[in-house]
Amino acid sequence: MNQKEFMQLVSPFKDKVFRLAKRLLVSTEEAEDATQEVLVKLWNKNENLDEYKSVEAVAMTMTKNYCLDQLKSKRASNLTIVHNNFTDREASLQQKVEDNDTWKWVEKIINDLPEQQKLIVQMRDIEEMEFEEIAKILEMNEQAVRTALSRARKMIREKMTNTHSYGIG
Amino acid sequence: MALDRIEKLVEKYFEGETSIAEEKELKTYFSSTDVAQHLEQYKPVFGYFSQAKQEQFTPSIPLKSGKKQKRLAWLSVAAAVVVMVGIGFFAYQNTSDPNQENLGVIDDPEIAFRETQKALALISKHVNTGIESVNYLGEYQQSKNKIFK
Repeated sequence: MNQKEFMQLVSPFKDKVFRLAKRLLVSTEEAEDATQEVLVKLWNKNENLDEYKSVEAVAMTMTKNYCLDQLKSKRASNLTIVHNNFTDREASLQQKVEDNDTWKWVEKIINDLPEQQKLIVQMRDIEEMEFEEIAKILEMNEQAVRTALSRARKMIREKMTNTHSYGIG
Repeated sequence: MALDRIEKLVEKYFEGETSIAEEKELKTYFSSTDVAQHLEQYKPVFGYFSQAKQEQFTPSIPLKSGKKQKRLAWLSVAAAVVVMVGIGFFAYQNTSDPNQENLGVIDDPEIAFRETQKALALISKHVNTGIESVNYLGEYQQSKNKIFK
């Protein structure tokens, strides 16, 4: 496989890998490093890539493991920088500011979830992946994924309701 | 979209039982402008989900380094082999050279005899000059004999 073919292979999911890494590592720079790391690792596996049924799933699993390792080694001095690059939308400035504010709040809630739930919310609610894929990537069974997802969604709802009724957000 | 259907979907959603298609339906509903008052609080959640998917990975991927390092490793192995073969070859050549070189043959026995004598004389002369410089060691021998009789 040459470089061009490899790029074609990874381009559909490299953003996904990046977003997953960012969900766990929070900092954009660290997520970029992690993504590069994972893709280079994948490239070095080059010859064996054909053996995998879904390269995407392999990449996601590698990302998950890499980021969790990264977190483990950095837990002691966990410095996180939040970067938000919100895309422009056709909305009034007022609306945009308000949206950004509440979105940031949602992001914060998600980032406060346990890692497992973060991963699941990221893959299901943001990337819209099937339970089967998620279960495979996380090496869990589907029912456990569903349960964790439900728990995470309820936690988000609970925190959102609090901010909504108290008017903090 | 019927409100009670959305309410049911929201219920299912929090139980983790909605399908991808149903979740997409919810996302479109919450991205519209007329969201029911009591569901308004979920709007940012679904809004965030849609927005978070837009983020892209922009840096280039340093693929070359990996491949290059591999190639470099092989190159250094090849270079080492070439150097070792080279050294071996020259060493072999140097040791075997004198045997192969034509040193000249003298056919006339008398001339050969004289040449041999000359060569041996040359050698003994050089050996003698070597020994001369060691002669003074005999002085020690003499003094030693004087003391230990």
